[in-house]
Amino acid sequence: MAESTLTPDTTALQMLLGDEAVAFAAIDAGIAAAYAYPGTPSTEITECLLAEAERSGAFHANWCANEKTAMEAALGVSMVGGRAIVSMKHVGLNVAADPFMNAALTGLRGGVVVAVADDPGMHSSQNEQDSRVYAEFARTLCLEPGDQQEAYAMTREAFELSERFQVPVVVRLVTRLCHGRAPVLREPPRAKNPIDGAPDPRSWILLPANARRLWRGLLDRQPALADYSEHCGFNTLVLRGDDGGLGIITTGAGRNHYLENLPDLERAPSHLHIGAYPLPKAMIRRLCAHVERLLILEEGYPVVERALRGVLQSPLPIFGKEGGPGECVLPLDGELTPGTVRKALGLPPRPTVDPKQAGALPTRPPQLCEGCPHRDAYAAISELREELHDVVVAGDIGCYTLGALPPYRGIDSCVCMGASIGMAKGAADAGHQRVLAVIGDSTFLHSGVTPLMDAVSADTNMTLLILDNQTVAMTGTQPTVLSDARLGPVITGLGVPPEHCHVVHAHPKHRHEFAELVKREVAHQGLSVIVVQRECIVAARRHKEERRQQAHGEEANR
Amino acid sequence: MKTDIVLAGVGGQGVLSMAAIIAAAALREGLQVKQGEVHGMSQRGGAVQAGLRLGDAPIHSDVVPEGGAQLILSLEPVEALRYLAWLAPDGVVMTAAEPFENIPDYPPLEDIHARIRALNGGHLIEAARLAKQAGSPRATNIVMVGAAAPYLPIDAAHLEAEIRERFRSKGADVVEHCLRAFALGREAGACIEA
Repeated sequence: MAESTLTPDTTALQMLLGDEAVAFAAIDAGIAAAYAYPGTPSTEITECLLAEAERSGAFHANWCANEKTAMEAALGVSMVGGRAIVSMKHVGLNVAADPFMNAALTGLRGGVVVAVADDPGMHSSQNEQDSRVYAEFARTLCLEPGDQQEAYAMTREAFELSERFQVPVVVRLVTRLCHGRAPVLREPPRAKNPIDGAPDPRSWILLPANARRLWRGLLDRQPALADYSEHCGFNTLVLRGDDGGLGIITTGAGRNHYLENLPDLERAPSHLHIGAYPLPKAMIRRLCAHVERLLILEEGYPVVERALRGVLQSPLPIFGKEGGPGECVLPLDGELTPGTVRKALGLPPRPTVDPKQAGALPTRPPQLCEGCPHRDAYAAISELREELHDVVVAGDIGCYTLGALPPYRGIDSCVCMGASIGMAKGAADAGHQRVLAVIGDSTFLHSGVTPLMDAVSADTNMTLLILDNQTVAMTGTQPTVLSDARLGPVITGLGVPPEHCHVVHAHPKHRHEFAELVKREVAHQGLSVIVVQRECIVAARRHKEERRQQAHGEEANR
Repeated sequence: MKTDIVLAGVGGQGVLSMAAIIAAAALREGLQVKQGEVHGMSQRGGAVQAGLRLGDAPIHSDVVPEGGAQLILSLEPVEALRYLAWLAPDGVVMTAAEPFENIPDYPPLEDIHARIRALNGGHLIEAARLAKQAGSPRATNIVMVGAAAPYLPIDAAHLEAEIRERFRSKGADVVEHCLRAFALGREAGACIEA
């Protein structure tokens, strides 16, 4: 394969998203491959990598069926010596948890970096889980950048650490960092690892006899991981003589909000910033020996705070998100903001224009686009639900979750990727008569195939609607792993009876016919699947524009 | 020097492009910049907000602090009112006057306009009309960049250079329309200031 060497400009600042900073760091670290499933706020990491891979041909990149397959592909790259990055949103790590947890036991060869984007505040997610907990669970290292430049530096370092300690290294990002732009300077690139294809099977076959030895090895490496954390430049401790007895611990982006308010404090506190985990315990002890009380500012779960509070009484009062009366100075949910941190520091709020002057304002929730094919599907579901009042509809994750809102109110649940099918099966198993599952094409391929196998196996009395808009729409119209033409054979190949498997075209004209078809299949005592097809309106517009530009280019070349 | 701006509008209106043009021009000016964007779910016709922080010293938080913004720059009048808690007491609200009505309970427009006019620094710009006048109805957000220009710590020439650069690939006509939209917006913004 012809390879052009990427020569990044290491002299000019570029305005990069935090996600893009991670992507360029992975390129400059010499990755052989990049894998991901799209998920806000992590998507732009892989979008950037795909564009660069196409431009340079220097490494492989592709969207995967889901985060688990992405993680496994990354392990395969490592097994033959190459470096790989796998990117996902926080809940994606739940899907990838099996290979992730076990990867820490294998004898990783090429560095594996797991870039995980948490979404505190739930801008585009169903929960606020904190990926630092996963890193500790797997007994690996976690780096938590506070800004875009650090996202670059830490991702570069994470590859080195992964190879030094033979563990997958987590780079924990948060929404504001992923989707904030700031100037970033790249560093000279490193050459790619040779691909030699000679793994030691004893380090990769996790049979109990090997796994026990490898687990012991991982446990034996823990002091070395802790030692790294204690001495690396990402954790910094500043002790001041005139701190008034106050010590601050910040982690990741928490530092930004602290520094934002620092000029307004009468005395600058002593300050420990944590950017690398496991926790730098000696540094924490040095801070605690120096101050009389602690305030902990961390984005997400109170991970540091819990470790410090423990079960026995702390010798110092600790202020943060948990603890007794007077100690909770920050909310447990939502994001940190300059304002909440300001309050926690005991500063008065900044004066503002009185928001009451705005008067009562209507909310403006996101909604399905004008011309979206899902509107046609939901119009039919609404018609069905009006006629038959006892239809339970298990929904799923994607643009079509917006069918939950008025005027459709078309779904009753939305829990995690693929859950619609399994939950519909459960509802039917329990004896409910009219059960629908609604899922998108990409979510079906991500996590819907295996529960459909369960439903086939039991010929469950349920109807599955696959809303096939031929793209991953919510995250920005990425291509699905299989084209819509291959979706039908996948479904019938699983064993869905062909007479109860329908592929129909979504269109306002066909709404009534479609509603009748759904009604018939809901009445059928057994499993049925209806695929409703029409391209996403946003993707269709984009494709039209691309064709126009292409034609324009061809004309210009003539 | 520090200028915090909250940019507001409805998903699809061009809030992010507006932020990107101002951010890039600020870099040309030699300023430090942090730009917060909104991706994902809320882009689908929902309320969208982006933060832009400009300064001559390092900027820390990725988001504009409550009470920190000198300017709310909005492409939609109802959206302009949503973020007053982020506006400094002497801050300015500069918004397109034309509504984007994709919700059933949109309040009477005169009422919304009156609320904006009642603010100390509240200004309505007929951005859609000016964009049309400039030759490109899609350039409403460029009109608003122009309207904001007198309040930005950025030389207008840098903003124009950025607009040229950004739309170059779309052809000379589009560049011309955008520059005219910028100039009309700037005129409208400057009139208010005087």
